Amino acid sequence: MPANNGYKVIGTRPIRHDGVDKVTGRAIYGADTQLAGLLYGQVLRSPHAHARIKSIDTSKAVALPGVKAVLTGTDLPDAGDQIVDLGEGPARLKYLRDNVLATDKALYSGHPVAAVAATSVHVAEEALDLIEVEYEELEAVLDVREAMQEGAPQLHDDMTTQEFGEDTGRKSNLATHFEHRLGDADKAFAEADVVVEREFQTATVHQGYIEPHNATASWNADGQLTVWTSTQGSFTARAQVGAVLDMPISKIKVVPQEIGGGFGGKIPIYLEPVAALLSKASGQPVKMIMTRPAVFESTGPTPGSYIKIKMGADNSGKIVAADAYIAFESGAYPGGLVGAAAMCVFSCYDIPDGRIDCYDVVVNKPRSFAYRAPGSTQVAFATEHVVDLLAAQLGMEPLEIRLKNNATTGTRRIDGVVYPKMGCKEVLEAIRDSEHYQSSAPAGPNGGRGISVGYWFNVGLKSSCTASVNADGTVSLVEGSTDIGGTRTSVAMQFAETLGLQAEDVKPQVADTDSIGHTDVTGGSRVTYATGWAAYKAALDVQDQLCERAAQLWEVEAGQVEFDDGVFRSGDNELTFKELAGRLEETGGPVIGRATVDPDSGVGGSFAANIADVEVDPETGKVDILRFTVIQDAGRAIHPAYVEGQMQGGSVQGIGWALNEEYFYSGDGHLDNSSFLDYRIPTSLDLPMIETIIVEVPNPGHPYGVRGVGEANIAPPPAAIAAAIEDAVGVRPQELPMKPDRIVAALQAHEERAAQAAGG
Amino acid sequence: MPVAWIPSLMQKLTAGQQQVEVEGATVREVVAALDARYPGFKERVLDGDRIKTEIAVAVDGEVVAAGLRAKVGPQSEVHFLPAISGGAS
Repeated sequence: MPANNGYKVIGTRPIRHDGVDKVTGRAIYGADTQLAGLLYGQVLRSPHAHARIKSIDTSKAVALPGVKAVLTGTDLPDAGDQIVDLGEGPARLKYLRDNVLATDKALYSGHPVAAVAATSVHVAEEALDLIEVEYEELEAVLDVREAMQEGAPQLHDDMTTQEFGEDTGRKSNLATHFEHRLGDADKAFAEADVVVEREFQTATVHQGYIEPHNATASWNADGQLTVWTSTQGSFTARAQVGAVLDMPISKIKVVPQEIGGGFGGKIPIYLEPVAALLSKASGQPVKMIMTRPAVFESTGPTPGSYIKIKMGADNSGKIVAADAYIAFESGAYPGGLVGAAAMCVFSCYDIPDGRIDCYDVVVNKPRSFAYRAPGSTQVAFATEHVVDLLAAQLGMEPLEIRLKNNATTGTRRIDGVVYPKMGCKEVLEAIRDSEHYQSSAPAGPNGGRGISVGYWFNVGLKSSCTASVNADGTVSLVEGSTDIGGTRTSVAMQFAETLGLQAEDVKPQVADTDSIGHTDVTGGSRVTYATGWAAYKAALDVQDQLCERAAQLWEVEAGQVEFDDGVFRSGDNELTFKELAGRLEETGGPVIGRATVDPDSGVGGSFAANIADVEVDPETGKVDILRFTVIQDAGRAIHPAYVEGQMQGGSVQGIGWALNEEYFYSGDGHLDNSSFLDYRIPTSLDLPMIETIIVEVPNPGHPYGVRGVGEANIAPPPAAIAAAIEDAVGVRPQELPMKPDRIVAALQAHEERAAQAAGG
Repeated sequence: MPVAWIPSLMQKLTAGQQQVEVEGATVREVVAALDARYPGFKERVLDGDRIKTEIAVAVDGEVVAAGLRAKVGPQSEVHFLPAISGGAS
């Protein structure tokens, strides 16, 4: 059924092209990869959070029957300590390489130190037990503020603090310090009628994708390497493998398999270079699949954080000043996500004067990587709390203060960026107008409601598409973006809309790095935006070529052929797309459209908001989500069901951050909850149906108005749930997760304060 | 004339000035003009003939892929920002 939006395909809900394969189990994931002579690889990981590696003896493992190759960090090529350009950002090669296999130091419990390839997984595991590693244990530091202290155990002997292009020369775990300032925050705070300041902490949490990391590598005798892997970006995987192995990218082909979840965590490489070198050493292909504990212990979680927020408002409710101190763990290596947090911390509000002070700090945990709107959830939890406190002191409703201060077109953020057309106000108005908001808040003494809003910017980067017109009028569309959220279909729909086709007439496929032009990662909520734009341009290329073919048939000039709604016309002549596709043989043969894009303007961003109803059990501290609504600006919802799916998925993950999820370390830095039994993500039994409201404020920077929707939805849930808890029982935790014991402790402290007040 | 926004941690170079009007039709020319007025500026933001890896340049609110070659209009704002490593998801 056509959508009521002026389009025929955009806004409809066709069945996804890869749906049948996935629901019938036929889709090929990394673990399904089978090759003749396949060996199985396993990784030995450090049991210590911080230790110097004094020696590694692999002789007994090498001698075990069935073992075909054994590697340590010193087997990785040493191309020196240089900055390598991975196309989407630089990386320090030593850090990239040492995170794959440690050389001099193990920097977190689970850090890979050696690897084995054998004829079976079991032989490989047995061989790991025979590898003897001599460690010199060192004191570990796991907390961001402790790591910043003078005298804290130093992870990297040579690391000094960088301050915006200047090496301070100060040896420290503090890798980077930067700040943003707008106007005169001190003066604005001095003139404010109300000022609130609070401190917050958030836990290290994992992306929690169901499919573990995997890689299969085949190193041919001619030096050509093929890697099959679960990745969010085959081209960035190729670039990283090339950098670690000191190989030209022309020698490497990465074949992206179907991906069972990534959320940012499958952009970095882990197993790929190891499988490659094991294959080179053994002369056979090698498959490696991480165990679940290894995924938790060794792959990128999102950073734990310490955040301090101060905001001031005048008596009318106008927020006049804001100040943020944000310290993020980056894990074992620098280069964390605090920069993104700085862009999001006050992004929902129009504030004239402010300051944002940011610190990127190494700790003895796995290297932090992106997790869905990286950095935004942490800071939204903090900022939204302080905004609610301002509202309370001013006698305003939470929604009222947000609508009075929402960011809008022309708002200059404190980091200097000026917003183009944005949908923050429309999202807040959608809260106000929703049936949920207008319904009664949960009845009973322990029920409450909260709202919140969050933001994530989109990125552009490079995408490529090719489109082959088939004689039956269908089109084979090849793209380089790995599909983690239904993007095959959302990209194909934009192609179909442009040429007046049905979504089902377009057959999308994700190609390997030898079969499509460079395409950057599936991340930054960019694929429906940028790869969709490439598909739109490829469709226009096809349209131009078919106009020329029609002109040949009708013996007119190409400029005399018009195309509209799937039909080519010139005078009385008329051919549908399908009819013309059937006549390509007589006009010069195949037609292939192609396009690349690298948009660096008009990329846009998306706001999301929540209404959360909860009930708190004051005896146990358990919080039940009674009703939950997510509202988000999609710009233009290409496939509304997939937009809703992203909104629901991000909400569920945000609820997990809010109530359950955390890395739980023992005192010596060992991760004690490295399984889904102990690392508690929400299940369907924990949640109500997540209600969705799509807001459409078209992005003027995209042909179809697209805004990426994959990420902003994870930002507001912890703040909305915290507000609802406060509404329910009068306490509002300032630390994530808001687990039962924290709620009980907060209630007890609240009661003690009340008793003292009554007694005093 | 384009306006360059100077990061607070570099404002020692500009005697505390946050916004500076400079001539320039590209980022390269803007950086050169800033360095001529505030010696040392180029050294802070460039590594040889490239923008330092830890720094991103935004023109009119959008981080530019073309780096020093990026065009700057007469009314443009040029911002020097901490680089965000690629690939959020």
